[in-house]
Amino acid sequence: MTMDVTQLQRRLRDHEATLFQQGYLDDDQFSQLQKLQDDSSPDFVIEVVTMFFDDSENLLKSMARAMEMVPVDFKQLDAHVHQYKGSSASIGAIRVKNVCATFKDFCDAKNLDGCVRCLQQLQHEYSQVKTHLQYLFRLQQEIKAAGGSMHAH
Amino acid sequence: MEAHHLTALIVEDDKVIRTVHGRMLNNIAIKNQAVENGQEAVDIHCSGQSFDLILMDRDMPIMNGIEATKKLRSMGIRSTIIGVSTRSEEIHINEYMEAGLDGYLEKPLNIEKLNSIVQKINQHSE
Repeated sequence: MTMDVTQLQRRLRDHEATLFQQGYLDDDQFSQLQKLQDDSSPDFVIEVVTMFFDDSENLLKSMARAMEMVPVDFKQLDAHVHQYKGSSASIGAIRVKNVCATFKDFCDAKNLDGCVRCLQQLQHEYSQVKTHLQYLFRLQQEIKAAGGSMHAH
Repeated sequence: MEAHHLTALIVEDDKVIRTVHGRMLNNIAIKNQAVENGQEAVDIHCSGQSFDLILMDRDMPIMNGIEATKKLRSMGIRSTIIGVSTRSEEIHINEYMEAGLDGYLEKPLNIEKLNSIVQKINQHSE
């Protein structure tokens, strides 16, 4: 089924609204990123978010490694979680950032069970926001290919 | 209003944040460079470069923002140094400010926060 540009644009707006309403993305921060995209940097948002995906995968692996050490390296783990908190906040991935905040508390308390649960939650939240953002970008590409603008309201 | 285009140094270990902050500074016409930790920030000043504004992340490997700020101030660097961190507890902010910062901003940064810093810098240079 082919979809016309107007329908695609509506779908894009609805999907963005859902992401903001369900707290996956912070409206203000994500809008900041979108404002930074212009003719001189037309793919800025996709580039930064892709960088965030790479960052996420590396940091999540590093956290798992720190937790496999005997004894667990809580200091190193805390450093990774802290870094992830900052990078997720910078793109507006609010749920990821919030789990990082809880994770840091468990690191401070050297609570391994709590840390294990947080890592699982983090992997889940990252996977969710990644899926949603990839869908968002796919819609944007489809609109572009159909000759439309992503910014028509 | 501005006498010249300001220059800035981003000191930040995370690539995503370096990219976002760099683009924000470009957006408000501030020429900028980035380094990945406090030691590199010190080294770039030792090589003779200087900047109107330094955005200094607090938690970095090799040399953190507190150590780097103290070192730069002891070298006589009088640039505006703004500490940047996700930490919001007063005790952490005070500890960081005492290292010699001119101000502190909580991450994530945005264009409005950066514009307020620029205004302060321009006011001081008038």
